[in-house]
Amino acid sequence: MAQTSPRNLEGATLGSGASGIIKMLDVSFRWPGPRSFSLAIDSFVVPAGERVLLTGPSGAGKSTFLSLLCGIVAPESGRLEALGSDTAKLSNAARDHFRAEHFGIIFQMFNLLPYGSIIDNVLLPLSFAAKRRERAGQNGSIEAEALRLLDNLGLETEDLHGMSTASLSVGQQQRVAAARALIGRPEIIVADEPTSSLDRDRQDAFLDLLFTEAAAAGTSVIMVSHEEALGSHFDRVLRLEDVAVTTRSAAA
Amino acid sequence: MIVPRLALQSLRNRALTASLTVLAIAFSVMLLLGVEKVRTGARQSFADTISGTDLIVGARSGGIQLLLYSVFRIGNATNNITWKSLEDIAKHPDVAWVVPLSLGDSHHGFRVLGTTLDYFKHYKYRHGRLITFAEGEPFDDLFNAVIGADVAEALGYKVGDPIIVAHGTGSISFVEHEDKPFRVSGILEKTGTPIDRTVHVSLEAIEAIHVDWKQGIPMPGETVSAEDVRTMSLKPKAITAALIGLKSKLATFRLQRMINEYPQEPLSAIIPGLTLQELWQLVGTAETALSVVSAMVVATALLGMVTMILTTLNERRREMAILRSVGARPATILGLLATEAGLLTLAGVILGAILLYAVLAVLQPYVDRAYGLHLSISPPTYREWITLGAIVLAGFLAGLLPALRAYRLSLADGMMVRT
Repeated sequence: MAQTSPRNLEGATLGSGASGIIKMLDVSFRWPGPRSFSLAIDSFVVPAGERVLLTGPSGAGKSTFLSLLCGIVAPESGRLEALGSDTAKLSNAARDHFRAEHFGIIFQMFNLLPYGSIIDNVLLPLSFAAKRRERAGQNGSIEAEALRLLDNLGLETEDLHGMSTASLSVGQQQRVAAARALIGRPEIIVADEPTSSLDRDRQDAFLDLLFTEAAAAGTSVIMVSHEEALGSHFDRVLRLEDVAVTTRSAAA
Repeated sequence: MIVPRLALQSLRNRALTASLTVLAIAFSVMLLLGVEKVRTGARQSFADTISGTDLIVGARSGGIQLLLYSVFRIGNATNNITWKSLEDIAKHPDVAWVVPLSLGDSHHGFRVLGTTLDYFKHYKYRHGRLITFAEGEPFDDLFNAVIGADVAEALGYKVGDPIIVAHGTGSISFVEHEDKPFRVSGILEKTGTPIDRTVHVSLEAIEAIHVDWKQGIPMPGETVSAEDVRTMSLKPKAITAALIGLKSKLATFRLQRMINEYPQEPLSAIIPGLTLQELWQLVGTAETALSVVSAMVVATALLGMVTMILTTLNERRREMAILRSVGARPATILGLLATEAGLLTLAGVILGAILLYAVLAVLQPYVDRAYGLHLSISPPTYREWITLGAIVLAGFLAGLLPALRAYRLSLADGMMVRT
């Protein structure tokens, strides 16, 4: 069973309010089967437009936390609100659709499909989210919007035509992934160690570009990283182990 | 429409393995359709060979054997029937015409058939068509021969060329009737039946070339020259079989029984269509076995496809996590993989059909010449369309196996990117 030791976090308490774009209260989750890994979140609230960094070593329940946050899995109990909707109550399919419409997600590495063009990869979320597609096409074609984002993120878009995703450098791939997360202005961007494969200068440059675009779109950014040094870029820095308490039962 | 587009892009990304899979399916489909074509082609060829003949009479033997040697030139007669018996049958009031057949000699592997001019008048093939001459005319001399289209083409004969008939029916014979050469008097139009591979001579000619033979070998010191033989009586004493046409079909069974119970000599009379049915029943098992084997080959090819998809599944978990992160449901992932399998199978089926028609177009003349099997190049039949559709469906369903696994993996992995 999940270990419950309620703790009020200073940051979380500060951030909690009616305008919270993400609210996790008394959430508990346990993976089924022999993995028997459980996670308890007492309170985690992110106001709209805020940039939050969660730091923690590997094994701190990062993947499970992000899976809950993005609605890949539903909590066993507790309240999980995103944009005012209780996503825990949604069906699996509805939660997937909710994620498509409101979340942009950037992984640590290998963000791009090995097939399709770079533009195809940027436009990918729009195939699953009609409203986001509409927003992306507000000022012209969605392709033009993709090119604009890529350009703003510092990619020489003229060189990208006909290039396969495999021929991009890691830094370039992360920018394409950022463009994909940003397209159609989703309310929340969740980034899982997006800069860990970049050197320090590139990390800063990448985050600056990402935050500029996110700010322009009014998007909140929740990022997980083991590098606490990145904290200066964020409004708030939390330790993951203070937010989520993990319990690992002996292997069955 | 994201799923078909992604499926196509993903397959293009793995062009080599995908093409090999498609090729394996295509070959199996080609085999399956090919077996079906050969089967229907063989049946059609057999059915087309004889038409308008009500009864075939030969020495007492199995009906199928009689049909095979008398009409299809397959195998040999075990015994002859006497000319006297045939005369008796011909006199029967129900009988409209009788065409005697005398077999046993050959020319460069082509059977020599001794018969009468009535053969060209009464023998019908493919829905009642009569044999027609491409060149020349029927035999009007003792040593005239009328050759089928394939004989003329294979041996390069023209009207007027001499030919020497060999004793026995093998393609190489050590005993030839070289003292009595024949002359080609006519070449028949192509019929697509064993007639094309037959040398036709008169019954008298068969008698003439054997007049100085006994027990199947030439008698030393008893040779009769080609000139002398013309003066002799060449009325045949025995023939191999005879085709019979009746005045009324209603008399068929009555006459058949009469011939089968003919007291002077043990005879067999068969109705060609019914005996052909018996033959199909006999070869039906072999046909089924052949179809089963080709179906197994298709199943193997589909299994290969499933294996291919399954082995790539692990490296595609990353791709599935990306799709899940942008909002794809696990069901979409299932659909993607099943669609990939469906597309691979569809491509395989289309390519297989194209390959089959290409191979048919190239091999058809050769098969026709070498085996007398006319393979029609016609659009797929209803039955074949059903088969092709069933294969695509089977491929799609087989694809559900890896797709379900991907579905479970993507549920378990969630957004964790596995590398």
